[in-house]
Amino acid sequence: MGLVVAENITKVYSVVATKVSKDYQSGEIAIRALNEVSFEIEPASFVSFVGPSGSGKTTLLNLIGCLDKPTKGKLKVAGTDVLHLDRKQSASFRGNNIGFIFQDFNLIPVLTVYENIEYPLLMVQNIPGGERKKRILTMLDAVGMIDQKDKYPDQISGGQKQRVAIARALVTNPKLVLADEPTANLDHKTAFLVLESMKKMRNEFQTTFIFSTHDQKIVGEAEIIYNLEDGELVGKQVKGGKTNA
Amino acid sequence: MRNLSKIAIRNLLRYKRRTLLTASLVTIGVIFVLLFISISGSFKNMMVGQMTDSMLGHLEVHRKGYLASIDNLPLNLNLKLQAYQKLEGILKKEPEVEAFSPRIKFGGMFSTFVETTNVRLNGVYTDAEFKTVPLLTSRIIKGAKTLNKGEILIPDLLAAGMKVNVGDTVVVIATNKDGSINGKQFKVAGVLESITGPGGRDGYIHFEDAMAVLRMEEMEVSEVAIRLKDFGQLHAFSDKLERLLSGEVNKQGKPIYEVSTWEKLSPFYNVARMIDAMAFFIKLMLIAVVLVSIMNVMIMAVYERIREIGTIAAIGTRPGKILSMFVLEGLFLGTMGALAGDLIGGVIILILNRVGITFDFGRQTGLVLSATIAPFDVLMISIIVIFISVVASLQPAFKASRMEPIKALRHV
Repeated sequence: MGLVVAENITKVYSVVATKVSKDYQSGEIAIRALNEVSFEIEPASFVSFVGPSGSGKTTLLNLIGCLDKPTKGKLKVAGTDVLHLDRKQSASFRGNNIGFIFQDFNLIPVLTVYENIEYPLLMVQNIPGGERKKRILTMLDAVGMIDQKDKYPDQISGGQKQRVAIARALVTNPKLVLADEPTANLDHKTAFLVLESMKKMRNEFQTTFIFSTHDQKIVGEAEIIYNLEDGELVGKQVKGGKTNA
Repeated sequence: MRNLSKIAIRNLLRYKRRTLLTASLVTIGVIFVLLFISISGSFKNMMVGQMTDSMLGHLEVHRKGYLASIDNLPLNLNLKLQAYQKLEGILKKEPEVEAFSPRIKFGGMFSTFVETTNVRLNGVYTDAEFKTVPLLTSRIIKGAKTLNKGEILIPDLLAAGMKVNVGDTVVVIATNKDGSINGKQFKVAGVLESITGPGGRDGYIHFEDAMAVLRMEEMEVSEVAIRLKDFGQLHAFSDKLERLLSGEVNKQGKPIYEVSTWEKLSPFYNVARMIDAMAFFIKLMLIAVVLVSIMNVMIMAVYERIREIGTIAAIGTRPGKILSMFVLEGLFLGTMGALAGDLIGGVIILILNRVGITFDFGRQTGLVLSATIAPFDVLMISIIVIFISVVASLQPAFKASRMEPIKALRHV
C-alpha cells in the first residue's frame, strides 16, 4: 500500500522550464533573448546561471520571478503554471513564493533595517505582530544584523545592505529566492561572505537559491551551474558530479 | 493604513525642502483665501446689516405695483386700511417675526421760511420703526434719539445745506393723492447720518403727522418693513409670507400684496453678489495652485522613485497599496498646508481686528471693519484643499501603481 502511494506522488520541482523562449521587440526587429531553454531545479538547490553579458541570465530570472512572461514554452514555478497569472495574481504569487535579492540591494531608504525586513510581512503577507517580530529577529540574527536593526540603509555598508536584502527575501518563507548578480557591487571578500550567508540560509530554511553571475570566482560557490550563451543553455555542471553539454 | 501613512510621511520628510516649499505654497493660498473671505465677507455683512437694520428692514411688503414706481413715491398705490389690517393680523401670528413697521413714504418740500428744497419723508410709528430698524437710533448724530408727534428727523446733508439745527422750526409741504397741497410745521428733533443705499437720505416724521400732511382720513400704508428674529430664515419666511398672502386678491383677481427681501430693494445686493463671485474665483485660484503644485511634486516623487516602486512591486506589493502610498503623500501634503494656512490665517485675522481696518464707503468714512470668518468656511476651504490634493495625487499615484516592475527595476 505504502509503495502505491509513493509511486503516485509527483515530484514538485522548484522550477520546471520546458522549451522556454523570450523575444523582445526592438523597433521592427524581434530579438530572441532566450531560445527554447529547458531545465528543472529541485527544491533546496543552490543554483547559478552563468554567462557573459547579454546571454539571457537576467531575462531567465525575470521569467522565473514572474516579472515577465515567456513568448513560448511552459514554465512552472513552485508547482504553479505562471504563464496565465494576471497582474494581481503575479504580485500575490511573488509575495508568497519568491524572494528577490537585487544587484543594487534595493532597500527602501526611508525604512530602517528592521522595517525593511518587516515590509513584505506587513504589506504583502499581513502577518500578525507577534509572529512578525519573531521572524524578523530570527532573520536579523541569521544574517548577523541584529545590532544594526535601527539603522537606515544609508548608514550601513554594501555587504550589510545585501545581508539585509537576503533577510528581506527570506523572511516570508519563500519557496525560492532569486538573486540577479547579487555580488556585482561588492568586493570579493564581502561577496563570498554574502554567498556564505545565502548558503547558510539555504541549509537552515531549505529554500531554493537561484542566482546569476558572470564572475567566475563566485560561480564556484554554486552547487549546480547552468551555462548560458546567446540565450541558449549550453551546459550544466553539478558540483562533484558530471558535466552535461 | 498606519504603515502606509508612516511610509508616506517619511517619504515627505525625505525631501524636506521640497515638501516645505510645496506645503508653503498651499499655506499661502489658504491664507489669502481666508483673508479675502473674512474681509470681503465682513464688509458685505456689515453693509447688509447697516442697510437692513437702519433703513430697509429684512423684507418689505408693498401693494402690488408699488415697487415698480417706488422712485416716484406714488400715493395712489398705498395699501388701504383693510389690506394693512389683514397683513398686520398675519404678521402678529408668525413666530419668525420680531417686529414690523408700517410706513407712509412721500416726497415734499422742506422750507426754513428762508430757503426751500425737496425732501423724501417716511411717516412712521416711532416704537415700531425703532424695533424694526434698530440701528436707526445710532444714525441720529444730533438731538434726542426719539421722534414724537410734531417733530422731524432730517438727514445731515439737508441740515448742512439748509443750515438747520436741532430745535429749529421748519415747514413740510406736500401734495396729496388728490393733488391738493398742504403744509405743516415741525420742530427738528434730530439730524440723521446719511448712509449709502435706498432711503439713506430720507427724513422721518410721525405716522399721524404724515397722515395730517397728506390729509388722509383713513390710514394708508406705503410699505410694511419686517424684521425677523433670525436673518438666516429670510428666504424661507419670504416664501411662507408669499404663500400666506397669495390668497388675497383684488376685484380683478390680481394679488394685492408684493413681498420683497432686502436683496430686491437694494442695489447693494449686486455688489454683494459680485463679492461672492470674487470669493468663488479666488477659491478657484486656490484650487489651481493646490492642483498644480501637488501634482507637480507627486509627479517628481514618482519619477524619482521608479526603482523603489519596481522593488516593492517585485516583492509582491499589490497595485492598490502602491496607489494608496502616493495618494497618502498628497493627502498629508495638502493637510499640512491647509492646517498651517488655517492657523496662520486665523492669527492674521486676529491681528487685523486688533489693529482695526478702517475704510470709506460712499459718504461714510472711517467705517471699522471687523474681519471674521465662520468655522464652516474654514472647514470648507480645508476640505477643498485636502480633496484637491488627493485628486492631484491620483494621476501620478495611478501611474506608479500601473508600472511594470521589470521596467521600473531597469530604470536608471
